[in-house]
Amino acid sequence: MGKNLVGNHIRKLRFNHDEMTQQQLADKVGVTRQTIVALEKGNYSPSLELAFRIAHAFNMPLEEVFFYGDNTKE
Amino acid sequence: MTYQEKKSIVSIISAILIFVSFCAYKYVRYPEEGLESTEAFHYWGSFVLVLTLVSIFAHIVISIVFNIVFRITTGEKEPAFADELDKHIELKANRNGFFVFILGFLLAMGSLVIEQPVQVMFVTLIVSGFISDVTGSVTKLYHYRRGV
Repeated sequence: MGKNLVGNHIRKLRFNHDEMTQQQLADKVGVTRQTIVALEKGNYSPSLELAFRIAHAFNMPLEEVFFYGDNTKE
Repeated sequence: MTYQEKKSIVSIISAILIFVSFCAYKYVRYPEEGLESTEAFHYWGSFVLVLTLVSIFAHIVISIVFNIVFRITTGEKEPAFADELDKHIELKANRNGFFVFILGFLLAMGSLVIEQPVQVMFVTLIVSGFISDVTGSVTKLYHYRRGV
């Protein structure tokens, strides 16, 4: 199975938010830790609703947490 | 390895063990002189029904034991709910499992068309049920490891 085209900065953002653990983020957005692990590995593209919930958890706009395709800007 | 991956592996192993043990148990009770048509339907009907009940019961017991062992060995609690990733993977597992079972069902009907004994039809149906169960668990394991 190829990597998903939707990437994210979740791992970096967690560390920038007082080293939030995967479990803490999972509890905040209402998913299991396994799903956060899959998202960070790029193994899963979240639903739009979950993507918004994660962005809200970091108090950031959606496009600063998720990106589509190659993230060459970074 | 995560809880879901371990659970999928346990599910595959338990499905194989239950099926093989039950078939071995029923095989020695198969009448040597063969079955008349009415007896054959009774034998295979009870085979399917008892196998279904035994499988459900054994899966429940194995699941409880697995959760206890998981808690003791890892010190973590198992996930209390299924989120969107779990549901997505469950759907894919069900789709693949049903596909395999339908294929087996068509093969079983095909065996009647080419005038095979009724036993061949029942064995094909039962084996396809077993393979579809294993296919579902393997699909889950694959997607939990490699992503969706």
